[in-house]
Amino acid sequence: MKSLRLIASRLVWAIFTILFVMTLNFVIFRVLPGDPARGGLRDPRLTREAIEAIRVRFGLEKPVINCVQSLNPWEPGPCAVNPFDTQFFIYLRNLAQGELGISYHTNRPVAEMMSQMIWNTILLIGLGQILAIILGMGLGILAAWKARTRLDFGALLFSLLAWSLPTFWLGIILLFWGSNQLGLPIGGRLTPGVDFPNTAAMLKDLGRHLVLPTLTYTIVFLGEYMLIMRSTLIDVLSEDFILTAKAKGLHTFQILKDHALRNAMLPMVTLIAINLGFTVAGAIQIESVFSWPGLGGAVFDAVGQRDYPMLQGAFLLLAVTVILANLAADLVYSWLDPRVRTD
Amino acid sequence: MTSSPSSALSLRNLHKHFDAGRPGLLRRDDRLVHAVDGVDLDLGRGEILALVGESGCGKSTLALTLLGLERPTSGEMYFEGTDVARLRGAALKDMHKRIQMVFQDPYESLNPMMTIEEIVEEPLIVHRSFPTSDQRRARVIQALEDAGLKPADSFLDRLPHQLSGGQRQRVVIAASLVLDPTILLADEPVSMLDVSIRAEILNLLADLRARQGISILFITHDFGTVAHFADRIAVMYLGRIVEIGRTEEVLRAPRHPYTKALLSVVPVPNPRLRQKRTILQGETPNPIDLPTGCRFHPRCPIAEDRCRLTDPPAVTLSPSHSAACLLIENDK
Repeated sequence: MKSLRLIASRLVWAIFTILFVMTLNFVIFRVLPGDPARGGLRDPRLTREAIEAIRVRFGLEKPVINCVQSLNPWEPGPCAVNPFDTQFFIYLRNLAQGELGISYHTNRPVAEMMSQMIWNTILLIGLGQILAIILGMGLGILAAWKARTRLDFGALLFSLLAWSLPTFWLGIILLFWGSNQLGLPIGGRLTPGVDFPNTAAMLKDLGRHLVLPTLTYTIVFLGEYMLIMRSTLIDVLSEDFILTAKAKGLHTFQILKDHALRNAMLPMVTLIAINLGFTVAGAIQIESVFSWPGLGGAVFDAVGQRDYPMLQGAFLLLAVTVILANLAADLVYSWLDPRVRTD
Repeated sequence: MTSSPSSALSLRNLHKHFDAGRPGLLRRDDRLVHAVDGVDLDLGRGEILALVGESGCGKSTLALTLLGLERPTSGEMYFEGTDVARLRGAALKDMHKRIQMVFQDPYESLNPMMTIEEIVEEPLIVHRSFPTSDQRRARVIQALEDAGLKPADSFLDRLPHQLSGGQRQRVVIAASLVLDPTILLADEPVSMLDVSIRAEILNLLADLRARQGISILFITHDFGTVAHFADRIAVMYLGRIVEIGRTEEVLRAPRHPYTKALLSVVPVPNPRLRQKRTILQGETPNPIDLPTGCRFHPRCPIAEDRCRLTDPPAVTLSPSHSAACLLIENDK
């Protein structure tokens, strides 16, 4: 009952946060200067009618929210504007229908573009995160258990190095090495212009393209997981209840599994949630280096092209991922830690 | 020397040395920390023996060695007449079952993620004492009630942070009782508790001894708590027992200058009875480089030249009382 109420209150908060982010996201891209119509003004070949057509196409001819004199939609004041015929309302209505507007650059619906790219990002980041979590935690547990030995020292050095490497630099180095020494493809998702005879051949090609970006992503995140796992586990292992467990006669493995890890997992859950939340952001550098057709690369391109609808859609998705990841962390916390459930 | 059969536990010339510090990157440290350095001790069946000493004197290391969490460097440990150092495998595990520990800090020694039932039940699972969960639950409830947590059912599903300090320490005691131990090692079990609760826990331990005949080795640095409670007192200094005797012998007629100094600073509630205090100079010497001769001589108020040369043997003062000091004959 109590945990049900906890979940409900977390859900309500998440929904409020998302609503707030939706509004903020709208404001940011209306405050920023520049739209495609204004860019067209400088081109003498465009007629006034053509520019007006562009403004209508992107819905830019409508008022943003209301007249400046009165922001109250029910009493519009001297300038009468239908509040349901403003850019903000149309934005909200489109969102409710799953529409994110039309890209200034490609002239295609943003939602449609993003729905293709997001799976590529999820594939790359998901694989990289899973590998980084498994390897990082494993290495961290090993290092904590063998604390202050050579193995620990080596693992620590490796993790610190991996953590401090700039993502793009490591990506470029791996790109050089992988394409030269191993003959791996230098970028993209599938070899262009190839007709795959069957799914297996396509998957093999996809796998070859995935190796280098996944490896880069794994190395970059592995260090952080390892360091946090190691230090929290060393903390927990020095607690008195670990000594109690030893005195009860538990084996090393049982102590690690039943007493130490359950307590040491809490900071890890937070870290994983934060990193999952920044999935898209974290992929920007890697996707750019490896020309991976995912969301991160698209965001990078959209900034250069001043493609506001694309950025607006990506930002919204980014914010929603962060909020959902935090919600998930809260729920996992209450499952892992009985103290959260009862308090 | 062999153990007397009436003892639950006998230690003969027990040593536990540790490497001094971890090996550095460039050099290795070959010196040793003499944490326990030649301890002779007998714990009778159903006896409460208080082991008193300053922090760092090796009392906790001694407890960990008795529990089997540290292997003794040398010396003999007899448990009910058998030499523990020779035990291996199942016999060793069975021995560990018979010696249980009550830890100092009830706030830290309970896993915050586990319910009281899980905590108390765990030793039964580890030692496979009861096959079914119903039997285990009955044993857990029995142990909780023996430890004074009544009604036991209401505590089973609670978590450590929902209990008070005294209740937590009772849980710690219950977890040490479920396996029916013959010896309980209590490492400062009341030092983290409020004064008002200390007496309750001490009474509980005394009660357990009376009802179940458990021997208790009570480790403390506080003479005040042991006076009414222990049968005998052993005073430890720098890894060795310097004086041992019946409680009233040690408290009324201490013979070792270290015991005298410790007793002189125990607060007395009556201001008219206030005595001259002997404040020890300096700090406990480094257990890496032990002083030559008597280990207490650098701080001893009555040390003579010969104390620097000869390590004093234990002098028997009465059948139950002995102290290790060269100057004892003189002050008779």
